[in-house]
Amino acid sequence: MSDCRRQWNREDELPVYLAGPISSGPNQRKSYGMFSSVEGAFDSKTIDFDSYAVGRKGSRTPRSRSRERILDSADGACLESVIRGMTASPIRGLWIAKQIMQYAKMSVLPPCAPPLLQDGRLLIKGGRVVNDDQSFYADVFIEDGLIMQVGENLVAPAGVKVIEANGRMIIPGGIDVNTCLMKPYLDTQPVDDFLQGTKAALAGGTTMIIDHVTPQPEGSLLEAFERWQEAADKKACCDYSLHVDIPKWNETVKDELEMLVQDKGVNSFQVFMAYNDLYQMTDSELYAALSFLKELGAVVLVHAENGDLVAKEQRKILGMGITGPEGHPLSHPEELEAEAVFRAITLGNRVNCPVYITKVMSKSAADTIAQARRKGSVVFGEPITASLATDGSHYWSKNWAKAAAYVTSPPLSPDPTTLDHLHTLLACGDLQVVGSSHCAYSTSQKAIGRDDFTLIPEGVNGVEERMGFVWDKAVAMGKMDENQFVAVTSTNAAKIFNLYPRKGRIAAGSDADIVIWDPDSVKTITAKLQQSAAEYNIFEGLECRGGPALVLSQGQIVYEGGKLQVQQGTGRFIPRKPFPDFAYQRVKFRNQVKNSQGVTRGMYDGPVYEVPSMPKYITPSPSAKTSPTSHQPPPIRNLHQSNFSLSGAQIDDNVPRRSGHRIVAPPGGRSNITSLG
Amino acid sequence: SLLHSVQLHLTIPLEFSDRLLIKGGRIVNDDQSFNADIYMEDGLIKQIGDNLIVPGGVKTIEANGKMVIPGGIDIHTRFQKPYRGTTSLDDFAQGTKSALAGGTTMIVDHVFPVPGSSLMEAYDQWKQWADEKACCDYSLHVDITHWDDTVKQEVDHLVKEKGVNSFQVYMAYEDYCQMTNSELYEIFTFLAERGGIAQIHAENGEIISKEQSRMLQIGITGPEGHVLSRPEELEAEAVFRAVTIASQTNCPLYVTRVMSKSAADIISQARKKGNVVFGEPIAASLGTDGTHYWSKNWAKAAYFVTSPPLSPDPTTPDYLNTLLASGDLSVTGSAHCTFSVAQKAIGKDDFTQIPEGVNGVEERMSLIWDKAVTTGKMDENMFVAVTSTNAAKILNLYPRKGRIAVGSDADLVIWDTDAVRTITAKTHQSAAEYNIFEGMELRGAPQVVICQGKIVLEDGNLHVTSGVGRFIPCSPYPDFAYKRIKARKQLAVLRAVPRGMYDGPVSEFSLSRGGTPSASARTSPTKQPVRNLHQSGFSLAGPPTPEDLPIRPAGRRIVVPPGGRSNITSLS
Repeated sequence: MSDCRRQWNREDELPVYLAGPISSGPNQRKSYGMFSSVEGAFDSKTIDFDSYAVGRKGSRTPRSRSRERILDSADGACLESVIRGMTASPIRGLWIAKQIMQYAKMSVLPPCAPPLLQDGRLLIKGGRVVNDDQSFYADVFIEDGLIMQVGENLVAPAGVKVIEANGRMIIPGGIDVNTCLMKPYLDTQPVDDFLQGTKAALAGGTTMIIDHVTPQPEGSLLEAFERWQEAADKKACCDYSLHVDIPKWNETVKDELEMLVQDKGVNSFQVFMAYNDLYQMTDSELYAALSFLKELGAVVLVHAENGDLVAKEQRKILGMGITGPEGHPLSHPEELEAEAVFRAITLGNRVNCPVYITKVMSKSAADTIAQARRKGSVVFGEPITASLATDGSHYWSKNWAKAAAYVTSPPLSPDPTTLDHLHTLLACGDLQVVGSSHCAYSTSQKAIGRDDFTLIPEGVNGVEERMGFVWDKAVAMGKMDENQFVAVTSTNAAKIFNLYPRKGRIAAGSDADIVIWDPDSVKTITAKLQQSAAEYNIFEGLECRGGPALVLSQGQIVYEGGKLQVQQGTGRFIPRKPFPDFAYQRVKFRNQVKNSQGVTRGMYDGPVYEVPSMPKYITPSPSAKTSPTSHQPPPIRNLHQSNFSLSGAQIDDNVPRRSGHRIVAPPGGRSNITSLG
Repeated sequence: SLLHSVQLHLTIPLEFSDRLLIKGGRIVNDDQSFNADIYMEDGLIKQIGDNLIVPGGVKTIEANGKMVIPGGIDIHTRFQKPYRGTTSLDDFAQGTKSALAGGTTMIVDHVFPVPGSSLMEAYDQWKQWADEKACCDYSLHVDITHWDDTVKQEVDHLVKEKGVNSFQVYMAYEDYCQMTNSELYEIFTFLAERGGIAQIHAENGEIISKEQSRMLQIGITGPEGHVLSRPEELEAEAVFRAVTIASQTNCPLYVTRVMSKSAADIISQARKKGNVVFGEPIAASLGTDGTHYWSKNWAKAAYFVTSPPLSPDPTTPDYLNTLLASGDLSVTGSAHCTFSVAQKAIGKDDFTQIPEGVNGVEERMSLIWDKAVTTGKMDENMFVAVTSTNAAKILNLYPRKGRIAVGSDADLVIWDTDAVRTITAKTHQSAAEYNIFEGMELRGAPQVVICQGKIVLEDGNLHVTSGVGRFIPCSPYPDFAYKRIKARKQLAVLRAVPRGMYDGPVSEFSLSRGGTPSASARTSPTKQPVRNLHQSGFSLAGPPTPEDLPIRPAGRRIVVPPGGRSNITSLS
């Protein structure tokens, strides 16, 4: 790989318009037909899928030998059909990817491929591949929705569509980990459903969303999950996965959770510390929930706000006659968020369970997460588009509808320096993932709460603007580099939710969810041009540098030059396995280390004060064990009471210390366990 | 107010009319040190200065250049605390005697009413006990162990009539006296209105009880289970929560028993953010650590059991002393509450049953001198502040207590900075069989202790009289805490944004399921016409068929809402 790096370095020194892989130097292309590559094309320029696959270290076989073996033993066309079969099947092990990779390495291919295949084939030429760890110039060959090959100077077979990237960035498609496209509120649903929402996502360079399933407090989790899946299968235009919210904690939920994790491909569940009397869980319930979910290997998402206090504050604010949207941030002050984050992390530490804080909206909450990470807690923080690009001063807008459009929980912080701070923490890795919490309601839906801010449906837009604003506010400002940009918009999410390296990386074998990113494009956000169906965009009028020039989802071009070409229902549900390494590796080790042990002592055989059976006293824990010793009750006390006059002057004031007070030899004889000293 | 308090004390009966002169001492207050003589009469400081003119026949004490400091105030004791039909070993006589022996001339004890019982009755009971036995002045905190309207009235009464300005609430002890967040919010709001100080026992009780059952389940029944089931982050978490609630309700917060680094850090962070919060480390957390819970000797291990527990981290005492010196922690108490080994042995098979409490009232001042002043962390003025003055300020007793000034009570101590003594149960005043500081060598000790103008400790001899201790009433709104609170109250007036009525369309909804529970009765009795208008021209129900949808369904946006454009709903 070293020689490649030297090349990129050299190219980096060139102006952008010259720095392409097409050079007239020694790398003259010689075509041997379809797929033939130039000399040296196989020298480890491709991302080695094996070396990124966790737990598969050492299984890497020398390239050249395996290639020869395949060439010798199998006919190309035959192999191709085998692989097509494999990819079509839902089971997708790493070994398939390995096979594909080896297959793709063959320099000699059947002279002409079956024409029906050609639709699924794409070659992106002359781009700079940006992953979360490094950037390099390479061509990317895509077939059947998978990345088949990444390498320099790939030669396109005839009939394959070639996209010239012209030195622009090629990044893994974004993953929006937090959308609510079907969240019911009272009787209404958000105006952006799975179709509208995923369209907006794709237009912004996001090629996968993870939506929240929100079951009713008394409803079944499984049923809700199926409803969501059904709706998404019909409508979604990009791949999706689902988080399931746990509205209530009880025994039935446990069975359903187990089923969801083991059979349904869900590895993340949200619990609520807010919404008093509705979704909120007590600390005991949270403890129980975290303990259980940890055993299942799930990631626990926490909506962190102190619901009890919010309810109190809401009542207070309404009592003062404040009924407009400004009452929302006033009754959800940012310290209530920070407090809940702190508590959630404490719970996570006790249970040794990874905790993921959804919607980090304030500086103090973000700081709490950063501090906890410094102390070693396994905690992840997710700021959202709204908190990264705007602030809560708009709640005081004179325009009710505008103010109401910003209502979300936790609310946007009225402190205008918040977004800058959050970007800084995102850049340094203290916050890991960017979501959008996209949940768009129309103004008339928001108006349900026109006389009472507590009834305003909560949710803001952001799925479309997410990537753009992170680029604009963090990368273009010099806070973050392009690799970290990929990490926070895509790779970290894939890692935390166990989608990596299928998603979140440009490597052979990964899904062909790819974005060609144009760092120079400038657009002004406005509801008139957005994909979302909402009437108002909370980023209205903001200018945003950076945006997708071209978006590939499942190997298909869905967005190019500002035009969206999507097909609803093409989105697949991506199941996720439990125990993601990114979160659970540390947890597993800590489990082994963290075994408490009792002290081995002899039996205490000294005197025991006899406890009269009082009906109520503390400790609900197994308290039946309190020492039924049959010692004659308190010889000590009698001793004490007899020679000690408490009222008035003391006869023995001059005696420094009355030894009679102390059990020198306790009744029943001295024992080396009770002796003090 | 100084003048006022002087007049108040002139009415004190003549039985206190001892006259005393301390010559050649260096007076150390929390703000400055200076050389002067002190003349005391009738339990009050009458004159301070050089070459005082005093009546004849006055007993004179030669201080020989030693420090004269205001007597210590132990702001947290639990003497004679009832526990399951027994009481803690040191009653008010034994306890205050220990206090005086250590240079503490006033204690503030906690009244603990059994949950469900009357606060007033408990207060009367405690006051009676103390009036009978206490050897030094005392005051009382009252613990709020349950919360309802009766308690509210009692708290009001205690503040207005009974001289109590501080109330403790518990975030631990689930199913016993633990308060929910909502209750804490209500209590804090109430106390803020009445000028009280909210004291908090900060530990997350719910997680503790889970952890306790887990420990017992895996077979850990000894005292080490106590600290394992109460890890320090649960303390820090609760402190964080309490600070949040206090700041929401604009109520001064006082965290009793700061036992761990992380809890102390939270307090100092909160202070840095401007919260009105005071932290009270106790003698135990400043002097020893929680490694002893693993002692092979059950009785010894059990003697350290208190809540929050001592931190097993041996660097904790040093850290807390540093924060005390920097002013991040404000006062020191002892939480003195001792039990005999036999009483501790109630929990010999189950650590959750061990009665909680450690000693410390006698060792408190010496410990701080030894650990903070002789190590160079703290100066003598700060020493006075954290052992006496700050407590007096918080309780609104300043400058009657906590200061050597004309008109103040004659509670003072001649402090011998060079005295060295070794702590052991054999020589301590407490009735406990074990001292958790056993074997510790401490520099700094009181040489002479004067309480109510009488010498109670001289030449190592203690002369105390039970029953002379007076109840010192604390008035509400201590300036030390409430000046800032009052100013903030004026600032923190919230105002609604004046808007015209929203007259756009309103989506139809029902509150039948999943609605927001709060204040839902007010849900907009909107006139039908508005909604009908909306429904007619504006389709919300039923997703539009995707086929007819262009990239952006312009038809779904209200460009001109039915009923005409209004400048209130228009979005630009």
